[in-house]
Amino acid sequence: MTSNVKLDAVVKRYGARVATDQFSLVLEEGETIALVGHNGAGKTTLIKLVLGLIRPDAGTICVLGSDPARGDAEVRRSLGYLPENVAFNLALTGRETLSFYARLKGESGGVVRDLLEHVGLGEAGGRRVGTYSKGMRQRLGLAQALIGKPRLLLLDEPTTGLDPALRQHFYEIVRALRDEGCTVLISSHALAEMEGYADRVVIMDQGRKIADGSIDDLRRIASMPSRIRLRTAPGELQQVETHLGLNGCHRRLSDTTIEVNLASSQKIQFIHHAAALEDQVLDIDVLPPSLDELYAHFLNGRAA
Amino acid sequence: MKSILIIALKEVQEGLRNRWVVAATALLATLALTLTFLGSAPTGNVGVEPLDIVIVSLSSLTIFLVPLIALLISHDALVGEVERGTMLLLLSYPLTRWQILLGKFIGHIAILAFATTIGYGLAAASLPLTGTSVNLGSLTAFAAMIGSSVVLGGVFVAIGYLISALSANRGSAAGVAIGVWLFFVLLFDMALLGVLVVDQGRVITASVLDAVLLFNPADVYRLLNLAGSGSVSMLAGMSGLADSSVLTAPALLAALAVWILLPLAFAGLAFSRREL
Repeated sequence: MTSNVKLDAVVKRYGARVATDQFSLVLEEGETIALVGHNGAGKTTLIKLVLGLIRPDAGTICVLGSDPARGDAEVRRSLGYLPENVAFNLALTGRETLSFYARLKGESGGVVRDLLEHVGLGEAGGRRVGTYSKGMRQRLGLAQALIGKPRLLLLDEPTTGLDPALRQHFYEIVRALRDEGCTVLISSHALAEMEGYADRVVIMDQGRKIADGSIDDLRRIASMPSRIRLRTAPGELQQVETHLGLNGCHRRLSDTTIEVNLASSQKIQFIHHAAALEDQVLDIDVLPPSLDELYAHFLNGRAA
Repeated sequence: MKSILIIALKEVQEGLRNRWVVAATALLATLALTLTFLGSAPTGNVGVEPLDIVIVSLSSLTIFLVPLIALLISHDALVGEVERGTMLLLLSYPLTRWQILLGKFIGHIAILAFATTIGYGLAAASLPLTGTSVNLGSLTAFAAMIGSSVVLGGVFVAIGYLISALSANRGSAAGVAIGVWLFFVLLFDMALLGVLVVDQGRVITASVLDAVLLFNPADVYRLLNLAGSGSVSMLAGMSGLADSSVLTAPALLAALAVWILLPLAFAGLAFSRREL
């Protein structure tokens, strides 16, 4: 594996405000990384640093083998970027807009047609961008980021304005790119939808990296309890509770459902006991801590 | 070079689409035609070339309008794209900020050149319709007038970019642009006139006046066109000024070129340093 992006102790200040503080990060080839954090945590600043749009006050950045601030044309050609709130000239059509960006990257007109089809704008391509919905503009934004088979894709809040079906389609596109060896960095608030797509999660807060690892890694580090839900046969709830020795550390969700929070060490034993009551327990659900919960955990840990 | 042309083409395409080109051409053509037909009425037959009269009136029109149109299309060019968010995306593409600036410049000049040539050309072409004949000398002067109008437009496009590169937002860029237009087109000459009247030629000699006029591109344009050929300068009432001036046409053109290059260079520097 080769690393496509390498940041080493990068500091960026805006006046007195520190946007990124001693930030180090390595992104490998073929990796999908979720960059999460509050508004103003420094996510967009980080992406701009990787793009070379702003220069760091300290530290070094290496993107696809060169310093991005140098604006190496070869590097820029293999880089796709979708800004937060992507904007286009409203008077031009979708196809004209995409052709313009394709020409800048030295691609032919055939690419434009394929990409418009790919993001589902094949028929709307002849209409002005001004008539597009937010979701359609976002898709046009994604299409321009995909021009020229990028090796590094930087997506800043890419799924805002997309409906659930489109989101799914969007992540399929991202997955296909990753399988071809593209590094994909997605900054987002919508953590739940990235489960299953992100190989790694980087949590940022006030310009610092406070967590970095796969979702499983983060779960282990956080050692947060899993939630287990039991559905009992009607009227058997009380009996199940006494049998499993539950005393107050659980919640009744309904007449037939209870929820228990358990550390991973106790989990297997508990499921074993519960499964033994096959007449009374009809169903067992194990819910590992979601990305949202992990995120909250790490941010609270910082505050404490 | 290719990237510069792509940007220039997009600028023209946008200009056509949002009707800047049509509006500017229609405005210049309407005023030019009005001046051509109404302008010749009061002079009657005075033994000068009718086209020379048109040159004089159109030059005066140009000094007011072309800088205004140029500033209108250029003050927004950089700060507007930054504010709308399109610049961020553009800068992630394989092209430098200088290429963006030069591409836009070429595109805007093309729009201005089209508007002036068609707008004023219509006026000149319609003269024979009124039954007047046009001689070759006047025609050359007319072509030079159109050419120098485009150059004057270039000066104010460059100044507009400088304003755009330095402004924090579109609103302040528009305000400064209007201020710059007022200064060069109205205030500069009025102030100069006032000083001349008070001074009575003691400090401000002819050569000092020449130098002062070079500090205003609109005046450089005026000298270039109105004091140029004999019959035109007679008509424009500029012959007195032209006689005492040592500024030749090449010198005036060079002055306009400097007026383009300096603001453009500063705009490029300011834009390169700007953090988005």
